[in-house]
Amino acid sequence: MSDIAERGYRHPDVLVSTDWVADHLDDPNVVVAESNEDPLLYPSGHIPGAVEVDWTRDLNDPLRRDYLDREGFAALAERIGLTPDTTIVFYGDKNNWWATYAFWVFRLFGHANARIMDGGRLKWTKEERPLTTDVPVRPSATYPAPQRDDARHRVFRDDVLKHVKAGGPLVDVRSPEEFSGERMHMPDYPNEGALRGGHIPGAANIPWSRAIDPSNGTFLNSDALRSIYEGEAGLSADDEVVAYCRIGERSSHTWFVLTYLLGYNNVRNYDGSWTEWGNLVGVPIER
Amino acid sequence: MSDIQNRKPADAATSLPGRLGETVELLSWAEDRAARIQLLIDLGAHFNEVAVSPDVATRPFDEAHRVPGCESEAFVFAVPRPDSTLDFHFAVENPQGVSARALALILGRGLNGVPPSEVVRVDPELVYTLFGRELSMGKSMGLMGMVAMVRELARDAVKQGDAAIDDTDDAEQAGRGRPAAGVKGVEA
Repeated sequence: MSDIAERGYRHPDVLVSTDWVADHLDDPNVVVAESNEDPLLYPSGHIPGAVEVDWTRDLNDPLRRDYLDREGFAALAERIGLTPDTTIVFYGDKNNWWATYAFWVFRLFGHANARIMDGGRLKWTKEERPLTTDVPVRPSATYPAPQRDDARHRVFRDDVLKHVKAGGPLVDVRSPEEFSGERMHMPDYPNEGALRGGHIPGAANIPWSRAIDPSNGTFLNSDALRSIYEGEAGLSADDEVVAYCRIGERSSHTWFVLTYLLGYNNVRNYDGSWTEWGNLVGVPIER
Repeated sequence: MSDIQNRKPADAATSLPGRLGETVELLSWAEDRAARIQLLIDLGAHFNEVAVSPDVATRPFDEAHRVPGCESEAFVFAVPRPDSTLDFHFAVENPQGVSARALALILGRGLNGVPPSEVVRVDPELVYTLFGRELSMGKSMGLMGMVAMVRELARDAVKQGDAAIDDTDDAEQAGRGRPAAGVKGVEA
């Protein structure tokens, strides 16, 4: 039995339990999709029937720094057998870090029937549930994809600068060392992230992983989340919040927590993040 | 971008020491990314060949041997052989560290018994040759950290070898009155 409904989330139906997924493995109206950081994980074993949505090959434009376009999304949906009415459940490694990233990109195309499997791959494997190396062949589907709409959930640098000048709240979800500007790269290696270290002025530092119970990868309950994001970071549900990290993947996790678990109405993910801001000429930086 | 990133795996293989080149060449035969990933998974299945045994180190492992930046919680240890080469042993504590285990097997199988002066020349960006460029920065830095730690342990062995040679030479010089001839200046 799942305790998701008892955690006080604003939109609890956006999460499904491992039990729920186990009960819907043969449901033709459900697509289970694994999204990982480690490219070897899915081929080495995944939830039976699960497809892979790879963040580099499937979600990113191969040339421009941007996400896939309408045609790309339609092709991806066709490959994984997704229609606008199909429920897609994402899960993955790193406490669903990449799963929420995929979820966020699907929201840019307005796909509302998306869920996250609470606990991700960690919880599924800890419960010793079955894995398979068989790659499913799902019936092809037609998805009349709309144009990607970035306005609601994504923010670009010019608007971030206005947000900073207006004193709007930001959440930097990177590690404290990245936030402070301490060098993060290994000795003998160039810092491939940015020319400058530090953070966007006014940002609160709440590392993304604090929203997770590390013992099983599940999300903390709403009281614990409010204690972190409202008690420590000073956010409130009516704020216009900008979340960022290095390239926008970790911050998609925090975007998910604030938008769906705490019910914030206006949270946008700045996927340009520090790799853009830390290289921009003339923008303010704090350390 | 370093030279190794621009080379095809088969070309890169020719400049790698020990059996490391053989593995890179094997991967170069993979028809596509999926085949290469499957080969890496198959290699990783043999991780026990290079896993840390209790006679090498016991948990909790010495933090000095933890690979910095590796979220697979990898540790690397080096045990000297009588011929002054090294055997590398690895621990990957995160059960989801599939790539880390594959890389550990490749490094251990490829570099055990290779002179440390050759090991220090292995470019950590070998990771891109093995796994491809489609890695997150976190993943690539963690894997490159494993190569870097192997190099660091080899570098220590080279220094210790230099010191031993210097000591011997000093003794010989004192005893026989001839100049020292130690090995110097290995570049990493």
